[in-house]
Amino acid sequence: MKIHSDHPALKKQKKVKASSIVLFAFLGLYTLIQVYPLIWLFLFSFKNNNEIYSGNAMGIPKVWRFSNYFTVLTSGNVAVYLLNSVIVTGATIIISTILLTTSAYAIVRMHWRWNHLFLTYILLGMMVPLHATLLPLFIVLKNMNLLNSYFSIILPYVAFALPMGIFILVGFLQNIPKELEESACLDGCGIYRIFYYISLPLVRPAIATVAIFTFLSSWNELMFANTFISADKIKTLTVGIMSLSGQQGTQWGPIGAGLVIATVPTLIIYLMFSNQIQKSVIAGAIKG
Amino acid sequence: MEKMLRDKKAIFLFTFPTFLLFTIIVVLPIFFSIHYSTLDWDGFSKGVFVGFTNYKNLFVNNTDGFLQSVANSLVLALISVGIQLPISLLLALILARGIKGERFFRTVYFIPVIISTVVIGQLWMKIYNSDYGMLNGVLRAVGLDSLTNAWLADSKTALACVFAAMLWQYVGYHMLLLYAGAKSISPDIYEAARIDGASELKIAFHITIPLMKSILCVCIIFAVTGSFKAFDLIYVMTGGGPLHSTEVPTTLMYTTIFSRYQYGYGSAMAIFIIAECLVFTLVIKRLFSNDQDEA
Repeated sequence: MKIHSDHPALKKQKKVKASSIVLFAFLGLYTLIQVYPLIWLFLFSFKNNNEIYSGNAMGIPKVWRFSNYFTVLTSGNVAVYLLNSVIVTGATIIISTILLTTSAYAIVRMHWRWNHLFLTYILLGMMVPLHATLLPLFIVLKNMNLLNSYFSIILPYVAFALPMGIFILVGFLQNIPKELEESACLDGCGIYRIFYYISLPLVRPAIATVAIFTFLSSWNELMFANTFISADKIKTLTVGIMSLSGQQGTQWGPIGAGLVIATVPTLIIYLMFSNQIQKSVIAGAIKG
Repeated sequence: MEKMLRDKKAIFLFTFPTFLLFTIIVVLPIFFSIHYSTLDWDGFSKGVFVGFTNYKNLFVNNTDGFLQSVANSLVLALISVGIQLPISLLLALILARGIKGERFFRTVYFIPVIISTVVIGQLWMKIYNSDYGMLNGVLRAVGLDSLTNAWLADSKTALACVFAAMLWQYVGYHMLLLYAGAKSISPDIYEAARIDGASELKIAFHITIPLMKSILCVCIIFAVTGSFKAFDLIYVMTGGGPLHSTEVPTTLMYTTIFSRYQYGYGSAMAIFIIAECLVFTLVIKRLFSNDQDEA
């Protein structure tokens, strides 16, 4: 049977095709807008000023100068900043995970009079902007001689990670049946062993979500780090890179390399866990 | 089991460290800030109580351009809601229809959100660089040499340039939230509308968007309060300059406290920012809930 080209089914298909090409073009264009600046950064991190100034600011580098990375890691203190960021972020994740899992467990599972009030109190913290706490914390830290120490930023990072983390963990724990814990109790397990050997492994997915979130926010944080830390040997990547561009204001290549070094860890973690990260962002926002 | 779960010592061990740290670092400083905002204090000598004078200086006898900075942040809020959110919504709706490569696009659009603002700021400074920046490069390439500019050094263009970078960074964030909102709508509803012959556009405007009201409300609140709290990118790119043209309340607060040592006056700015966020959050929520009652 011959089908006419103006058959309704075919026509519809054609129309869908045309419109989806337009949509794809639009999405593609927008992808370019979102990604090209980052590609451009990657490209100029391999160039030197001569190449940029002599007209190749935009294109592929003629020579891939890996030495820019070497320069910035050795002479620009970036290796130290990187290590500091790892220390601060790692400590923040470990301490906050301990605090928020124990607290969430006590809120959901244990019986005490103030558990609802305690949860509400902590959740109110999600509304507090950092700015309001900046000066008081600065004064307290200064009086305790804690400025320019890892502590001065780890403690605020942990404290501000708690509300969202407890929110996510409480939601997760509520949906886990208690039977395993009850049978462990019958077998003579105490509360601490039950928490550590039974409950903690069960909430691991939620802990991972929270940890990723905490990683992103503390790795990228600027205001506290910039205010509480001025000594080069404690600076994290964000603060370090700001001062770096002041020193080497005109050296595009090494600065670009520094920016790439600061970005790659987050990018790798993001690409590895992109689904989980996106879910945790949504979960964090829906609380309203 | 029951007895174990009432173990007071365990409860104390599990909650007290959290309570202590949270109270000291998040809650108490707010009260300190409120107290500081009533002082005339340089941080070294003893503060003198001056009541509401600091607040009066913010709004009535203002000399440091605070009102202009508030106006700038209001403009930012306005264009976030008026330009950024519509772009995010459009992208979210296209992706939520289940287009090929949905996951790829979603992942890519979100990338700028996870990158440090310092990196984003440095990157955009290079883009706007008058001699070798990408923007002037593109303009020269298409023969619009006359439009090239020292974007961030020109007090007429600096604000718009900084805002453009901020919009760029967070489009993906709102896109993701709106996408999640659109995806949570039951596909049966679309099916029914399609059978009734509704066009895609009609479906979007009469079905999808109205059903996304609660997430739209969240996005608008985030866009507005985010604009009032914006600091990092402006601080990195211009520090409020040139000639204070890109100043917002947070950057002004920062220089007031840490460069001019006006601790009391700067704290008044901090309290104003919190109050502003709170008021706008409540107003936006109220607007949306009224809307829902009528519907």
